[in-house]
Amino acid sequence: MQPYKNKKEYARYLLDKLHEEAKRPLTVMEVCGTHTVAIARSGLRELLPETIRLISGPGCPVCVTDDLDLDLAIALSRQKGVILATFGDMMRVPGTSSSLQEEKGRGADIRVVYSPTDALTIARENPHSQVVFLAIGFETTVPAVAVTIEQAIQEGLKNFSILSLHKLVPPVMRALLEDPDVRIDAFLNPGHVCTILGVEPFRFVAEEYGRPCVIAGFDAVDILEALLMIVRQQNCGQPKVEIQYRRAVRPEGNEVARAYMDKYFVPAPAVWRGIGEVPGSGLQLREEYADLEARKRFSIKVEPGKRVKGCACGEILKGLKLPYECPLFGKACTPMRPVGPCMVSSEGSCAAYYRFGRKKAGVVR
Amino acid sequence: MCLAIPAKVIKIDGNKAEVDFGGNTREVSIVLTPQVKVGDYVLLHAGFAIQVIDEKEAKEIYEAWEEAYAALQK
Repeated sequence: MQPYKNKKEYARYLLDKLHEEAKRPLTVMEVCGTHTVAIARSGLRELLPETIRLISGPGCPVCVTDDLDLDLAIALSRQKGVILATFGDMMRVPGTSSSLQEEKGRGADIRVVYSPTDALTIARENPHSQVVFLAIGFETTVPAVAVTIEQAIQEGLKNFSILSLHKLVPPVMRALLEDPDVRIDAFLNPGHVCTILGVEPFRFVAEEYGRPCVIAGFDAVDILEALLMIVRQQNCGQPKVEIQYRRAVRPEGNEVARAYMDKYFVPAPAVWRGIGEVPGSGLQLREEYADLEARKRFSIKVEPGKRVKGCACGEILKGLKLPYECPLFGKACTPMRPVGPCMVSSEGSCAAYYRFGRKKAGVVR
Repeated sequence: MCLAIPAKVIKIDGNKAEVDFGGNTREVSIVLTPQVKVGDYVLLHAGFAIQVIDEKEAKEIYEAWEEAYAALQK
């Protein structure tokens, strides 16, 4: 953006170019909750040419956690002598009949942590309790959890385990591309997931499915620039993986971080809320570390509860529906009393639409 | 959830570093960025440095989102 005096001028230039060059219909999915928020907050949708449609994908690890998996976390928190450590975002997510917040109110020992290593500190300080870390997060977060596991092993901590609900982004992108109901022409890729993964794991999007894929940063100018890169790829008929977010993403990603992931975890099937089971899209601890998995340590069985009716989170996460098209949106489901996870997390599509309003979210042009 | 913020490394002690972001300091793990040196900027996520970035990159990331949003609103 060197020739431009400031971001405002550059943003105008990018918008002009988009209006000039985006002639064909283009549906772009942003696969990152932070992008969803940035787009809703900036009111970007209403400034774009009518040919470009932005849909929000399953890019928030909180929102995609299946309610039955959450029931398992709740069951663990009810065990005598268990301290459940979790990122704060998970507290209000509804399972089929309760949430961690409700359980805490009823006396369960549930503690909010900022880093997985905080859970280790809790384990050291409470040698007579079992500390379970609720391990959610995409590739951005997994290496931190892997290092924490290594530390627990090195220290010989016997009262620490994780409930691995990690999810991997490339397999769910493939699942969406394979879904006959879903129409996606290009992806805005999650910047910080790619800080770890680099470009290689996303090549299939361009090479096998012929869709442009641009790794984007998180301010409105980054997103506009990435969209222009997508439009130009579409126009010249040469889909590829490109990095717009060069400030934080190298083509090779972070190899040290990936080596930690591979050392402790292997891909496994995982259930995404509203999407269903996606092969190889989750992570489980390798066999030799399996005793650190809470499912194994506590062998808890959870009766399948009744899933919430009427909640459209599943269709919203696949980009098939906009939050406003859910019958519960803003009525039975609000950020104060969320029914579905997309309304709970600040990065959920529904919460972003609710917070930043109908017009800015681009529903009314 | 995958948010990462830039910070400057001010002290290194083994696998840990003291970092400064916007005047606040805290201790973070640098296991995932073993190449980091005092004075470098890193991206932080969940108490871990996940990438080393240069000063200009860090400043650009720091730059308030508000500026760009404000620009686009007008």
